[in-house]
Amino acid sequence: MAINYLYPDFEVQRNESRCITCRVCERQCANLVHHYDAETGRMTSDESLCVNCHRCVSLCPTRALKIVKTDHVFKENANWRGEVIQDIYRQAETGGVLLASMGTPKPYPVYWDKMLINASQVTNPSIDPLREPMETTTFLGKKSTTIRRDEQGKLITDTTPQLKLAIPIMFSAMSYGSISYNAHKSLALAAEQLGTFYNTGEGGLHEDFYRHGKNTIVQVASGRFGVHPGYLNAGAAIEIKMGQGAKPGIGGHLPGSKIGQDISKTRMIPLHSDAISPAPHHDIYSIEDLRQLVYALKEATNYTKPVIVKVAAVHNISAIASGIARSGADIIAIDGFRGGTGAAPARIRDNVGIPIELALASVDERLRAEGIRNQVSLVVGGSIRSSADVIKAIALGADAIYIATSALIALGCHLCRTCHSGKCNWGIATQNPELVKRLNPEIGSEHLVNLLTAWNHEIKEMMGGMGINSIEALKGNRLMLRGIGLCDAELRILGISHAGA
Amino acid sequence: MDGYHQHQYLEGEVRIPSGCAISGIIDRSGKRFSGSDAITSISVMHDRSNGLGGGFAGYGIYPEYEDFTALHIFYYGSEAKRKTEEFLEEHFDLINLSKIPTEKHRAITDEPLIWRYFVMPLPTKLASSQLDEDEYTARCVIRINKEIDGSYVFSSGKNMGVFKAVGYPEDVGAFYRLDDYKGYSWTVHGRYPTNTPGWWGGAHPFSLLSYSVVHNGEISSYDANRRFIEMYGYACTLKTDTEVITYMIDYLHRRQGLTLEEVSSVIAAPFWSTIECKDEEERNALTYLRNTFASMLITGPFSIILGYNGGLMALNDRLKLRSMVAAEKGDKIFIASEEAAIRIIEPNPDRLWYPIGGKPVIAELYTTGQGGAHGHQLPVSGL
Repeated sequence: MAINYLYPDFEVQRNESRCITCRVCERQCANLVHHYDAETGRMTSDESLCVNCHRCVSLCPTRALKIVKTDHVFKENANWRGEVIQDIYRQAETGGVLLASMGTPKPYPVYWDKMLINASQVTNPSIDPLREPMETTTFLGKKSTTIRRDEQGKLITDTTPQLKLAIPIMFSAMSYGSISYNAHKSLALAAEQLGTFYNTGEGGLHEDFYRHGKNTIVQVASGRFGVHPGYLNAGAAIEIKMGQGAKPGIGGHLPGSKIGQDISKTRMIPLHSDAISPAPHHDIYSIEDLRQLVYALKEATNYTKPVIVKVAAVHNISAIASGIARSGADIIAIDGFRGGTGAAPARIRDNVGIPIELALASVDERLRAEGIRNQVSLVVGGSIRSSADVIKAIALGADAIYIATSALIALGCHLCRTCHSGKCNWGIATQNPELVKRLNPEIGSEHLVNLLTAWNHEIKEMMGGMGINSIEALKGNRLMLRGIGLCDAELRILGISHAGA
Repeated sequence: MDGYHQHQYLEGEVRIPSGCAISGIIDRSGKRFSGSDAITSISVMHDRSNGLGGGFAGYGIYPEYEDFTALHIFYYGSEAKRKTEEFLEEHFDLINLSKIPTEKHRAITDEPLIWRYFVMPLPTKLASSQLDEDEYTARCVIRINKEIDGSYVFSSGKNMGVFKAVGYPEDVGAFYRLDDYKGYSWTVHGRYPTNTPGWWGGAHPFSLLSYSVVHNGEISSYDANRRFIEMYGYACTLKTDTEVITYMIDYLHRRQGLTLEEVSSVIAAPFWSTIECKDEEERNALTYLRNTFASMLITGPFSIILGYNGGLMALNDRLKLRSMVAAEKGDKIFIASEEAAIRIIEPNPDRLWYPIGGKPVIAELYTTGQGGAHGHQLPVSGL
């Protein structure tokens, strides 16, 4: 056997004086880190299997466990860092593509953290959301550009289909397959209660969830998994997935091991076959082809559903968005490169695409320069972490926000970034029935509702501080933002001034 | 700025919020009266302005030229004047031109050249542009303001005119000799900007075609509104609230053909909770307008008086974060920031009320049907 060059990233530290050998850690760990040694009557651990998901830590009744980063090091080297060396060992041994999950952990700039929000002082009053109405209702969809009246001169109020959101935040696409039945159910229940939408992702819609259709966005991706007329008509809107921020330029991956009975049926593919979506849609090789799919879907649903086109934030995103806006799409969703994934090649996740803040600012500006901003709504995602990020995104020009990683964290995800293993101890990114049942959808949805309710309170407080009592007056209101520690090029692209200016 | 000498920021270089006083008077019978009542009214509110901007709009003041657009232009230097006149010659028939008569006033200094032109579009140019006369004129005005340095068109309506300067409004009125003009309606503005603009164009009213707006407040939606309206060919060169409000009203009322009531329910839209309580037809209409023109909602405090040919409209923000009073006496309707500014010119009004936030007060000549299906009816609510 070859020498294993890899030293474990973590150490499992067990406080022996606290451990009561209840063996909870052993039962909870799907990675099989913990073992009971009958001879010594003590717990042991194999830290090489540990992914640092904190399941054992959270469930240990005596708080005897903690996971720490190993202090084992390579000889210091600013260029050939330990992780770089280890990746080479891994590939030299396996000959494979490095797989990763969730958004990139690399230290790219997070522009949300380099923008500051305004507040009113003296010249106009801040508004108190506890005492005055503060509105966050948002409509997504194309806005008409000409007023029409009937013979009596009354306004004709028909519009193309619109999505009405009580709060400007939706749950973005995560397929049934990449996440569990209970995770999907949690999202569906929460979306319904919050007056917003969740998104099926490319995995089709489980028959149990058709009843949540009015709060569901159904996705059509390049693999066309689970797409049929009933599915298209089940949701409130249809999303064409052209790309995903975590892996621009490639399709989805779901290993056959995750394709059990239910998922096979929902996706309409054979049991245990790998579900690998093609990189492009093979009926869309150009923008005019996209238009055809947009209208095919509209025809299939009798023009009753808005069509969203979701793209990854890539270098030429503003021109792409301009093309989509003219394709008949009602909504453009842009996914930034820090966005999450259930499985992606690590090199792509960590190196392809651009940050959502820059993509959003540039797209919003381009659509306005072309006078077509009102023809489409703009939804952005890709690592929106708090209500402050939401405010900043809307002030840059977004109509609404997609969140997914934040939602999973609310469900208990600890961001160990090993979703692709299928052994999620929190019952989220797994299809193992024993693990799935750890996530209670009623409690899960309650946490999601709590999270967005809390964010909405904070959004209202910050809006009130700016003297704004309706979310539409924040949209694209870039004077409400100032940059901090940004260079001229960054400020120019974001369309904001530096703090103090 | 050369980095050594201190630089005084000009209007348009920085955003300048301001507090203000406003007043408006209309005689619905169409009887014309001089600008002196407006001067008296605004002088009572002296402390609401700080001497850094005052101005008037008078309607019905040029009956002998009512078919022609009256352009009032500030020139800083003869080169600006030469370029502008060249542009005007290219695009319009110039019917009459003259300096606007002024009277030296010790409180009004540094005046630019102030000229007035009565013009009509060159028929061939107009025809080849495929635009209607208003749109043609509006585009020309925006172009001069945007492109000719040192030249600023501050009034471009028919049978109306704006007169403004840096100074207290009562002094500005005297400077322009507004006693000599007679109109059926007047609006006036005293400005309290938060820095020293030193530029006459920054004073109110702000005007495009025959629309003029005087405004008190600081709108928190400014950049959302600006970035939206600039999609439709407007250039917000002054960075002031009043400018963007004027353009939005022009867009909604003239270009989209909304009634003034409908315009109000876009820019001061009722809360969704209020809309929910309306009957189906009204609910649909209000939802449609609010959703379609979402980016034209104005938030933050404002009270405005819109002047237009044949009428005045007063409107408060939906929370009524700025004071505004209205009164009626015979054919006359008065609107002002403070009751005292009405009582000084009409001590015994037939009625006096505080208009509800978000509900327009529309007062029109009996002879005009403009400005909405409900014409000149005044809302009785809030009496």
